[in-house]
Amino acid sequence: MTVFTLINISLLAILVATALTVSRLRALYEAAMLSALFSLVTACLFVLLDAVDVAFTEAAVGVGISTVLLLGGLALTRSREAVTPRRRRLPGAAVAILAGGTLVYASQDLPAFGSADSPVQRHPLTDTYLHQSQEDIGIPNTVTSVLASYRGLDTLGELLVVFTAGVAVLALLGPLAHPVDARRRDDLDLVDYRVLRVISAMLMPFILLFALYVLFHGDFGPGGGFQAGVIFAAGFVLYGLVFGLDKAQQVVPRVVLWALIPFGLLLYLGVGVVNMLLGGSFLDYDTLSSDPAAGQHLGILLVESAIGITVAAVMTTVFFSFANRRATR
Amino acid sequence: MIVLDIASVVLLAAGALFVVSGGVGLLRFPDFYTRVHAAGITDSAGAGLILLGLLLRTPSWETGVRLLVIMLFLALTGPTASYVLAFAARRDGVPIWREGDPRR
Repeated sequence: MTVFTLINISLLAILVATALTVSRLRALYEAAMLSALFSLVTACLFVLLDAVDVAFTEAAVGVGISTVLLLGGLALTRSREAVTPRRRRLPGAAVAILAGGTLVYASQDLPAFGSADSPVQRHPLTDTYLHQSQEDIGIPNTVTSVLASYRGLDTLGELLVVFTAGVAVLALLGPLAHPVDARRRDDLDLVDYRVLRVISAMLMPFILLFALYVLFHGDFGPGGGFQAGVIFAAGFVLYGLVFGLDKAQQVVPRVVLWALIPFGLLLYLGVGVVNMLLGGSFLDYDTLSSDPAAGQHLGILLVESAIGITVAAVMTTVFFSFANRRATR
Repeated sequence: MIVLDIASVVLLAAGALFVVSGGVGLLRFPDFYTRVHAAGITDSAGAGLILLGLLLRTPSWETGVRLLVIMLFLALTGPTASYVLAFAARRDGVPIWREGDPRR
């Protein structure tokens, strides 16, 4: 047994143990923290599978932002899970076992781990992506080429999902919902913690700088718009938590955030429309410049920035909408 | 080079020891504050020594700079996290364990 297998087995064991613990816990704050641990271990497994971009996203989204969103949601409601009567647990267990069993059964059709003649390895498209992309687009990180250029339309769909989520939260908790009660909302503030305040103020520029680095370095290393947007949002959320929501909303007024949500999506769509006006097909970045590779670079940069803007605005808005609510315990 | 290797192994082993002792402490210490202390050891001494050990075997200076930045980041955030945890517990009135009390 190699060290690699051993690490994999221990990580998977931790993953299973975490999942079982989460399902047994009634204290929801602890469950939220453990679900962050679950994401972190998943990210480690992705690194072992050499999927660094996915690992990065999992770490940023699963640990960074969704934990805070869960905690923000929990602050509004009771933090202990109600006891489910036994007769209502049975259908749930049946569904879980059925779905799990189906997945295990289906996984037998998957090619063996690392197998050299799996469809992914043998399909000519893989070779195209890995080699042709260096000539077509000329950026070292093939994941970024695939995500932003070859499969640009799919990524547009993903951004649309994030956009829809943001709009849904705004429709439920935003300006159209009940008016905000400004009194009892210092629940989430950590303003008394002086050390935390100093350290956060010290780290804040570096967090935002790192987000920009992740955004613009996505062509060369792991990273890109989604991760950068989430890191940006995490920075704002940290600021809002430590210095109070009012201060955070002075830095970025909510109206600006609301405007930025569609702005990113429109920028993405706009790039596609400009491509069509320039005589190419939708999201064919070659048309953006006389040199196709330079056009691809520009297109990918614009599209990644668009993703970053919408994701950051949506995540921050979701958190602010939760945190602005009055707790109804 | 052999000196560097030995030094790196010693640092890595010391770091691993601190991480393990932090884990043991987390399970065995009697109350919240002592457990925070044990968990804090993992972040500061454990991770710090492991990163130092790795620093001695970096192939290029770019990797070394990254390790240094991570070390600096951990040196700032680890103690802050421990402090905030302990402070929040104190504010919430979590009692301090004294000799002879039962574990909680």
